[in-house]
Amino acid sequence: MFHIYCPYCEELREEEEFHPKGQAHIARPEEPDACSDEEWGDYLFFRDNPRGIHHEMWLHAVGCRKFFNITRNTVSYEILETYKMGEQPTVGAEHLAREGKTDSVQVAESGQQTVGASDAAQASVKGAQA
Amino acid sequence: MQRYSGFGLVKHALRHHEDWQRQWRNPTPKPGYDVIIVGGGGHGLATAYYLAKEHGITNVAVLEKGWLGGGNTARNTTIVRSNYLWDESAALYEHAMKHWEGLSQELNYNVMFSQRGVLNLGHTLQDMRDIQRRVNANRLNGIDGEVLDAEGVQSLVPIMDCSKRARYPVMGASWQPRAGVARHDAVAWGYARAADALGVDLLQNTEVTGFKIRDGQIQGVHTNRGDIEAKTVGCVTAGNSSVLAGMAGLNLPLESHPLQALVSEPLKPVLDTVVMSNHVHGYISQSDKGDLVIGAGIDGYNGYGQRGSYPTVEHTLQAIVEMFPIFSRVRMNRQWGGIVDTCPDACPILSKTKVKGLYFNCGWGTGGFKATPGSGHVFAASLAKGEMHPIAAPFSIDRFHSGALIDEHGAAGVAH
Ligand SMILES: Cc1cc2nc3c(=O)[nH]c(=O)nc-3n(C[C@H](O)[C@H](O)[C@H](O)COP(=O)(O)OP(=O)(O)OC[C@H]3O[C@@H](n4cnc5c(N)ncnc54)[C@H](O)[C@@H]3O)c2cc1C
Ligand SMILES: [Zn+2]
Repeated sequence: MFHIYCPYCEELREEEEFHPKGQAHIARPEEPDACSDEEWGDYLFFRDNPRGIHHEMWLHAVGCRKFFNITRNTVSYEILETYKMGEQPTVGAEHLAREGKTDSVQVAESGQQTVGASDAAQASVKGAQA
Repeated sequence: MQRYSGFGLVKHALRHHEDWQRQWRNPTPKPGYDVIIVGGGGHGLATAYYLAKEHGITNVAVLEKGWLGGGNTARNTTIVRSNYLWDESAALYEHAMKHWEGLSQELNYNVMFSQRGVLNLGHTLQDMRDIQRRVNANRLNGIDGEVLDAEGVQSLVPIMDCSKRARYPVMGASWQPRAGVARHDAVAWGYARAADALGVDLLQNTEVTGFKIRDGQIQGVHTNRGDIEAKTVGCVTAGNSSVLAGMAGLNLPLESHPLQALVSEPLKPVLDTVVMSNHVHGYISQSDKGDLVIGAGIDGYNGYGQRGSYPTVEHTLQAIVEMFPIFSRVRMNRQWGGIVDTCPDACPILSKTKVKGLYFNCGWGTGGFKATPGSGHVFAASLAKGEMHPIAAPFSIDRFHSGALIDEHGAAGVAH
């Protein structure tokens, strides 16, 4: 059972109050009309699925009903931080590296994340923030 | 390979079962193979078997980081059915169903395939309309199916509460009589033994740690036991597929989630079919040994921990007790989790990749056990010919860019 610190309620609450909503920091392409099918597909369907550090969005569904972000280790299930929407994570891949846990662990990039497989799509969301 | 038979059983019984032949060899890796299959689950082993059996490609290795069938293949709730909505998936799962029906004979291994039928319950008017639509679609595809009303369900499963008093009364169900369950370990072992007999090397404790790629063409794999060469590599690693794809510089539209199952203490026979409910969300059958086999839903968050959360178990047991008040005092013996790789459209990926010679078979999510023989069969054909088999072709990874998704959430059986 997770005990999750809601950065809005400023309290630890039980997992059942929350809904996970998938990967955080997914930026909608800035110029949707100019997107190729590949860029749209990447934006809609491709997500990071790391064995390790993952930045994800959660909803405090039966609390304040606000969205916020969590940095969590998908192997140990440790929650490393929670932070408000619009803020950037302070814990990233280098956290695992520091702790010497990188062995066979694939980590997502920290900070600004891109969503897609294609280089073009990655370029198109660069600099955008969610 | 020593064939199994009734006569052989008697003969071995007289010798106190002390000299049964090993089911498969334990070879050392060769420097190279024609084809490498990564992942020794049911799908990987079936692929290797059909490569050897149907395509004469016997210089094949299956690389498994743990033990054969130690992944989702032996962690699932063993439900086999083919009542999917869309033509593409109906074709794929029915292809598997036809193999299931002769599998024990074909492999000379009792996979205990039991066609006890599967009920998918409806608890709302909309559920019933979806069920009618799906059963009609199944029948147009030549797949058996019937729509039952509450009375029909009650007569098949007398111990279920089909009364109007229930919180979510049962309004009816879809019924696929040819569906059922199979012994999951036996499926892995049966394919393993048959593949080994045809010359396939089954390499356990062999973990793939990277790919050798030159000029966009696969050359082989790095493993904890050294490098192994092959110009054709098929990855069938279920929950770990994103990690493998990452090693090849590829990205897959997958999320890995824990999915749980539990079994009760053994009971006398009370339930002779499989009952699934998407609405209250639980599924249950009784094994030949007597224990109730119960499946839960996936945890909502990504995880590689092979254990699931308590709220999910609680939710599932609520559903089971809602349908079967008679089970409310039954004790649960064991609970475990597997890591399933879910796809945005609840359909698998059987596909070539940007790397020539490197194929992926993954994304089966919560429902790939039923597909094991069909998946292996069409994947083997694709690897052998270098072109995706017509049944596999619609499941190419291209669909996430072309938009030709096959949305099977309604027939997937587990909410995700
Ligand atoms: C609790 C639960 C209930 C389920 N219930 C059902 C059901 O009732 N009906 C149904 O149809 N499906 C069900 N499923 C889904 C089904 O079990 C899977 O879709 C199916 O077994 C996948 O088979 P597979 O051979 O692809 O994967 P697996 O059996 O998981 O095999 C993959 C193998 O790859 C190996 N591997 C991973 N990484 C590496 C590496 N780097 N190097 C070497 N080897 C590696 C793993 O060790 C593993 O043995 C359920 C799953 C779970 C977890
Ligand atoms: Zn809150």
